[in-house]
Amino acid sequence: MTETKKGWKDLPIGGNILEAGNSQHYFTGTWRTYKPITDLDKCINCLQCWMFCPDNSIVIKDGKMDGQDYDHCKGCGVCAAICPVKAIDMIKEEK
Amino acid sequence: MALTLKDLINKQIPLNGGHRMCGGCPVPVIVKQVLMSTDHPKIIGNATGCLEVATTIYPYTAWNHPWIHNAFENVAATVSGIEAAHNALSRIGEVPEHNKDAKFIAFAGDGGTYDIGLQSLSGALERGHNMLYVCYDNEGYMNTGIQRSSATPIGANTTTTPIGSESYGKTQSRKDLLSIVAAHHIPYAASTSPHNWMDAMKKSKKAIETQGPTFLLYFAPCIPGWKIPSDVWKKLSETAVKTCFWPLIEFEDGKWSLTGESKLIAEGKMPKIPVEEFLKSQGRFKHLFTDKNKHVIEIIQKDVDKSWNYYKGLAGY
Ligand SMILES: Cc1ncc(C[n+]2csc(CCOP(=O)(O)OP(=O)(O)O)c2C)c(N)n1
Ligand code: SF4
Ligand code: SF4
Repeated sequence: MTETKKGWKDLPIGGNILEAGNSQHYFTGTWRTYKPITDLDKCINCLQCWMFCPDNSIVIKDGKMDGQDYDHCKGCGVCAAICPVKAIDMIKEEK
Repeated sequence: MALTLKDLINKQIPLNGGHRMCGGCPVPVIVKQVLMSTDHPKIIGNATGCLEVATTIYPYTAWNHPWIHNAFENVAATVSGIEAAHNALSRIGEVPEHNKDAKFIAFAGDGGTYDIGLQSLSGALERGHNMLYVCYDNEGYMNTGIQRSSATPIGANTTTTPIGSESYGKTQSRKDLLSIVAAHHIPYAASTSPHNWMDAMKKSKKAIETQGPTFLLYFAPCIPGWKIPSDVWKKLSETAVKTCFWPLIEFEDGKWSLTGESKLIAEGKMPKIPVEEFLKSQGRFKHLFTDKNKHVIEIIQKDVDKSWNYYKGLAGY
């Protein structure tokens, strides 16, 4: 990803970061080699994947699992490994 | 508040995506379990280590709580100072109402806890600050490239205990930190593991809600450090507990008990499996599965049994 860096005159005093959780603007999805694909028909909405995803990349919509956030998902495969009904497949990422 | 996934998914997550922890690292899950176990406002301190470095790469931070990093060796002192300052400001009416009930939580790796941060931790426990200290134990100095710590187990191959014709890896046993912490007679201390999220979150909630200093020792498999694939830590943590390599222990008001799978094993309701099952899937122990080194597996089994029998005894079995 490309980003323009601020010079010292434009940075907040003390180098403070003024927005909590702004790592959200940094896309770790580019790290992926494998991509999780969810079969929502198979999913029983147990939410285990939400608990165990280290990158906060399980999307929840109306209280239900709704696939992955590919901007941040690193493709670690944890969700696919732990899903009790094997609703998630890891497939090779196409770049 | 009941700890159910249906409730938890509606709450503010403490650590956003976009952090730079390794893919599949359980440490962000540990942070989530600890901080989501109660609704209190929280102020977090972080010792130097993977969690600190990789969640705050400038100009980004993954944290949704007030957060401070000071140094490698002093997170307990830093957080205890914040707690003391909060109390002083409260007394003169300078703490806003919504922050009155704030909780103070320190996170550190095993290097920052068992080794360089031990005296800072001991001091904070002795002074009796109202804070929780969480050690995520990945059994080595991982952020600087996998050096051994006093939490590294016997037989592990690290960059400072390298294997070779004369070496099978680390020769010393793990330091028993939980007993050292409990010897400060604090009100609450426990060991837990992220695979058993209910055990972990119940203990986190108790630790946060208990008045006085409290301590959690968290199992934390490390992908590059243990040389494991990125998707196995949940299963591996479960195996660590089922082999009694990592018992789930609680120390509350001076009494020891076992929880989760460890309780079932102690009561004979679940089999205790050989430590080999835990060792065999990890690259850091691969060299032990040779004719030359297989006696080390027996040494490790004896070490595990000794510690397990000790804690089982403390828990009254
Ligand atoms: C006084 C001091 N010595 C050495 C370092 C370099 N250093 C930074 S992180 C680290 C290792 C941290 O290990 P641990 O506490 O186990 O956490 P992990 O990296 O495994 O998360 C070291 C040695 C430092 N920052 N400060
Ligand atoms: S773990 Fe599997 S079944 Fe459970 S919510 Fe996630 S995708 Fe659905
Ligand atoms: S592959 Fe890993 S990072 Fe991506 S959604 Fe699954 S658990 Fe999260």
